[in-house]
Amino acid sequence: MSCAGTTFGLIAYIAVSWSLAFFFPQSVLAFLLFEASLLLIYYLPVHPKMKFYMGASVLLVLMPVLGFVNGYYLEVAVQIGIYVALALGLNIVVGFAGLLNLGFVAFYAIGAYLWAIFGSPQANAFLPGGFFPLSPAWFFVFLLLSVAVGALAGTLLGLPVLRLRGDYLAIVTLGFAEVVRALVNNLDKPINFTNGPQGIAPIEKPPLFFRPLLEFFGIQFEPAKLYPLYFYFLVLSLVMVIILVTRRLENSRIGRAWKAIREDEIAAAAMGVPVVRTKLFGFAVGASFASAVGVLFAAKQVFINPESFTFMESIGVLAMVILGGMGSVPGAILGATGVTILNLQLLKGLSLWLNSLRQSGAVLSIPFLGSYSLSQLPAQFEPAKYERMVFGLILILMMIFRPQGVLPPREDRKL
Amino acid sequence: MELALEILPQVLVDGIVLGFMYALIALGYTMVYGVLEFINFAHSEIFVLGSFVGVEILLMLQSAGQLTAWPPALVLLLVIVAGMVISGLAAMALERVAYRPLQGGPRLVALISAVGASFFLQDALRLFESLWRNTFYLSYPTLDLLDETVPLTTNLVVPVKSILVIVTALLMLAALHFFVNRTRVGTAIRAVAQDPETASLMGIPVNRVIALTFFVGGAMGGLAGVLFGLHYSLVNPYSGFAPGIKAFTAAVLGGIGNIPGAMLGGMVLGLLEAFAASYLSILTNGAFGAEYKDVFAFLVLILILIFRPSGLLGEKLREGRA
Repeated sequence: MSCAGTTFGLIAYIAVSWSLAFFFPQSVLAFLLFEASLLLIYYLPVHPKMKFYMGASVLLVLMPVLGFVNGYYLEVAVQIGIYVALALGLNIVVGFAGLLNLGFVAFYAIGAYLWAIFGSPQANAFLPGGFFPLSPAWFFVFLLLSVAVGALAGTLLGLPVLRLRGDYLAIVTLGFAEVVRALVNNLDKPINFTNGPQGIAPIEKPPLFFRPLLEFFGIQFEPAKLYPLYFYFLVLSLVMVIILVTRRLENSRIGRAWKAIREDEIAAAAMGVPVVRTKLFGFAVGASFASAVGVLFAAKQVFINPESFTFMESIGVLAMVILGGMGSVPGAILGATGVTILNLQLLKGLSLWLNSLRQSGAVLSIPFLGSYSLSQLPAQFEPAKYERMVFGLILILMMIFRPQGVLPPREDRKL
Repeated sequence: MELALEILPQVLVDGIVLGFMYALIALGYTMVYGVLEFINFAHSEIFVLGSFVGVEILLMLQSAGQLTAWPPALVLLLVIVAGMVISGLAAMALERVAYRPLQGGPRLVALISAVGASFFLQDALRLFESLWRNTFYLSYPTLDLLDETVPLTTNLVVPVKSILVIVTALLMLAALHFFVNRTRVGTAIRAVAQDPETASLMGIPVNRVIALTFFVGGAMGGLAGVLFGLHYSLVNPYSGFAPGIKAFTAAVLGGIGNIPGAMLGGMVLGLLEAFAASYLSILTNGAFGAEYKDVFAFLVLILILIFRPSGLLGEKLREGRA
């Protein structure tokens, strides 16, 4: 009976939080409450079928409608989706196989530049014929291609370095990411491949292949309104595919081999696990996910430059995986969502609030310490600019107090 | 070719200066690695902290109007000692807060904590400077003495600041060598590095020795920070990343855990980098220029780790260490 009660409670919660977000489109809090409903759906003891229906309706119906009212929410949702996909990829490398990769962003950059170069006039700079930009229909071809290119890049890096011990591997991957970034930054001469620090624009968006269908039903949309929704569903499908692949891998022979290596490499080798090959496969799978997400990112941004692929980004994704719990798929999703919301909404909100305080010229009077005019608050003090501090604190505090993360993987929980 | 030979002495001086910087920073990585076997990723921020201590003291002296009144040697001594002490203490505090609670756990846990500490310290420095000076890009006030030059030959003019870097670094490296190899405390550090359990059975307070190692390594990093600031003049909270990672490369190049190795590795890497920065463009007819010097350092790191993970001077490491 409690099950039915919980179900109704949950439905009521979703309805209320959704209406709040719908009728108060400026409220970050309402949106957060609505986002939390997914977590509740996952955790509360509800019939699995109900979970599926509720999750599907939140993701496929309620969120898009909300996003249609307030485009910013959709933007946030797409960002979250991108980071969830990245975190799931890194989770395979760090969480399952136990290989600390500090240069994950390199593969993301490779994918992004793959589509950016050929999906914009950039490729004309070094290929004759003037075929570029490729037509949007090629986007899906490149999405598939990027999986292969990412896997190849991962293998090429992995082959020499995977024999190294854990912390050396971390530094080498970091170095690799810096090399990739330096190359992207400087390969505008002698031949202009990447257009250097100026970046590449405009990058083609994916094709609106469903347009005839919409027109058939007589629905007319402005492309400006349509694209955010379209990207939302693209990211959602990519995340779903990645979750599916990750889940299948996790419970397969190869997934068990990863975990065996993570727990004890020598013992795993003694049991006949081909250590280097298994590690390499994990590395390649993670890299190919990141690379595919990169293609999507480039298409969404229309403009990319090397600034988007700094070490900071790698650490951000690592913080997501560690916050959620290494080796746990729901953990990676939760971590990515949490950190992205923290970054995009909470810190920015705090900055805006401080700014308004500063402009209001209010005077704060503290007993015994005298009064302090808030307009004197230095303009440099903007929480949104201190994301490194936030990532750093997450990493240190998690390592000291809860190294297994907020949602550790199931088998650890049993112990 | 004419040009290539003409700039050679200048390139050598640049390389040596850079090499001593890397050597000083690399000592911090290598000493900590020796006792704890983990990469103190936040060491680059300890180095930057040294730069900031130096610039703050000089700016304060300047605003008090004392910068030119005091003898330059005294100013330099004050800045260097303050930078070393504060950086050393900061490294000790870092060990106490972020690493000691993790002792005995998996090594990756400590490494992740170190990466977090590095990020945290960068922004903490930025926050402090933003609130204090309203900007976090600072530049060292000019000291007239440092900008004077000593002509050695017709086409080689060495600025005093380069000589300062070389002399100070040599003195400190010699002092460190004496400290580690000839004193009781230094022996304790080496004992802990070899075998912490046995050392503790022999009555060596292991935790205190580890803290001391952090202090010494941090002080060397702080010294490098002050010298870096005096030499290149511009500092910001994020300027430690590249020197830090290169110094780590230097430590690995020399054989991590090995103190003379760190000095040698730093020197080799500094010279390589100076040569790459000046000659890459000449050799490739301008196709690849000095902007690839960072790539170069990373390639060196990757190649050493693949072909000789124990470094130039490193002995064959025990199973589980290499």
